[in-house]
Amino acid sequence: METEFRAKRDAGRKLLVPYITGGLTGWQQAIRAAADAGADAIEIGIPFSDPVMDGPIIQEASQRALDAGVTPVSIFEEARELEVGIPLAVMCYYNTVHHAGHERFAYQLLSAGISAAIVPDLPLEESGLWCTAADAAGIETVMLAAPTAPDDRLPRIAARARGFVYSVGLLGVTGERASLAESATALARRLKAITDVPVLVGVGVSNAEQARQACVVADGVIQGASVVRRLMDGGPEAVGEYVSEVRAAISY
Amino acid sequence: MSIMAEPSAEGRFGEFGGRFVPETLVPACQELEASFREAWADPVFRAELHHLLQEYAGRPSIITECHNLGRSLGIRLILKREDLNHTGSHKINNVLGQALLAKRMGKTRLVAETGAGQHGVASATAAALLGMSCKVYMGAVDVERQALNVFRMKLLGAEVEAVHSGSRTLKDAVNEAMRDWVATVGETHYCLGSVMGPHPYPWMVREFHRVIGDEARAQCRDLLGGADPDFIVACVGGGSNAMGIFSGFVDTEARLIGVEPAGGAAVGRGVPGVVHGMRSYLMQDEYGQVQEAHSISAGLDYPGVGPEHSYLASIGRAEYPTVTDAEVIDAFQLMARSEGIIPALECAHAMAWISREAPTMQGKVVLMNLSGRGDKDVAQMMEILGG
Repeated sequence: METEFRAKRDAGRKLLVPYITGGLTGWQQAIRAAADAGADAIEIGIPFSDPVMDGPIIQEASQRALDAGVTPVSIFEEARELEVGIPLAVMCYYNTVHHAGHERFAYQLLSAGISAAIVPDLPLEESGLWCTAADAAGIETVMLAAPTAPDDRLPRIAARARGFVYSVGLLGVTGERASLAESATALARRLKAITDVPVLVGVGVSNAEQARQACVVADGVIQGASVVRRLMDGGPEAVGEYVSEVRAAISY
Repeated sequence: MSIMAEPSAEGRFGEFGGRFVPETLVPACQELEASFREAWADPVFRAELHHLLQEYAGRPSIITECHNLGRSLGIRLILKREDLNHTGSHKINNVLGQALLAKRMGKTRLVAETGAGQHGVASATAAALLGMSCKVYMGAVDVERQALNVFRMKLLGAEVEAVHSGSRTLKDAVNEAMRDWVATVGETHYCLGSVMGPHPYPWMVREFHRVIGDEARAQCRDLLGGADPDFIVACVGGGSNAMGIFSGFVDTEARLIGVEPAGGAAVGRGVPGVVHGMRSYLMQDEYGQVQEAHSISAGLDYPGVGPEHSYLASIGRAEYPTVTDAEVIDAFQLMARSEGIIPALECAHAMAWISREAPTMQGKVVLMNLSGRGDKDVAQMMEILGG
């Protein structure tokens, strides 16, 4: 994923990564629609019983999927059929990894055709065992950086990041907000100053205009709750339309 | 590492503990650890806390020997009376410590999770006393079965938010409190109510409750002519009251017994997992989804357990048997009728184990932590027992 992202960035393209909750009704069609509409990668959410970094929309989507009997394994099996021509990443809480076992989980991702993992409750200090297993399997581990990080922490996070650095847009959990927080561009700017790894802003980037604002500084955006809400309310087509709209807003 | 000393630099007790939190909270946890370390070594802070515990919370709590029960069970039964503390449980020890610390750190707002409501009431109380604002998250199921404590928190000026996600009990209240903290970390201290969560909470909360064990050890030596009890028994949800009393006896010959509810046996039925910032025994399904705990007592409805308990279990220093709801209901009534003490349903778990195992403990001295009073459970028991 990182090689592809760097090449696209260096060619002047802003990167767009929609998030789709795995197993949610219509999720595979939504991923295809997003890929056709100009997404550069897809983040597949693995539903977890206790999603502490997620707000109401993604919580609801996770719960619906869990209630329907979705498991990490069923998502991996269905992900294998996707073949969308852009990299796939998973967003999963650490217990999902820990319970499967680090090596086994990395292998499961690999055989499902997934290139990268984002584990929001696995900070730098705890990431060693997973990163070793992921590196060995060739799975890229995206690290998160938050607005609360002191300056000396950011280079260490960037150094461990593979794929891209996930620049958390605000103090808070996933969800749509009326405006882009000032912290979103501030942190992206701090990260851009210290790393060459692509920097994408996520959490609280809620519409096309906010994506455009974030991309003035960042290399791209991750869109979560705004995409998942459209999938739940309007189905896969609504996701495709929305991704086209965001793509247009960040192409300049 | 000597048992019940400081955890490792990474916050580990053996292979348990750690700091599995969103990146946003890592600096806050580091700051809290540094502040606690500094305050705990500062005689001024210790004196301030000691003064509050004495003049406000009513410490030291007494011990009471239960002669009636002791006679009928064939043991010597001693209760550590944490139920007599201000707000009716041991929770006040930790909350006064954390609230004082939060104030020292310049925080103006406390958030807390609560199960039975005891920790929520204690947090609301400390916030009122120290002039801080307070928001308490409580599972919607618990809001219903602990209406009295909900009103109590509101009377104390706290805002109570019912949590409707997940199993709508304690674990979901923790999730929601953590989400709040992620968004408000600048001005807010998360006043966690048990020996769980990310480092430094399991260690810090144990230190704030150490007073239970320290007092009990000295009191028992007075009563027993210099001897220690043979058994130390406490209920375990997250495990704070057990950790408090165990800490006074871990270096004695006493057997340490943490009693879990049969429907929430994290140590008994769990495997190591990671949730709420810590690696510990956790009830989960084959894919690592955290399972719901089911127990008659809201305060023990927790699928995990503090990491230091997992450690004590793994090295065999403490034991974690279970009791059923039916045994708990019997024990609740037994203590009321025999001793004139209505225990919290949580503590009735400890009593239930003692009552069941008494035939194997004949002539032994058993110290039980009576960590809370049962007033909050009277309405629920009235329904179960039919008034």
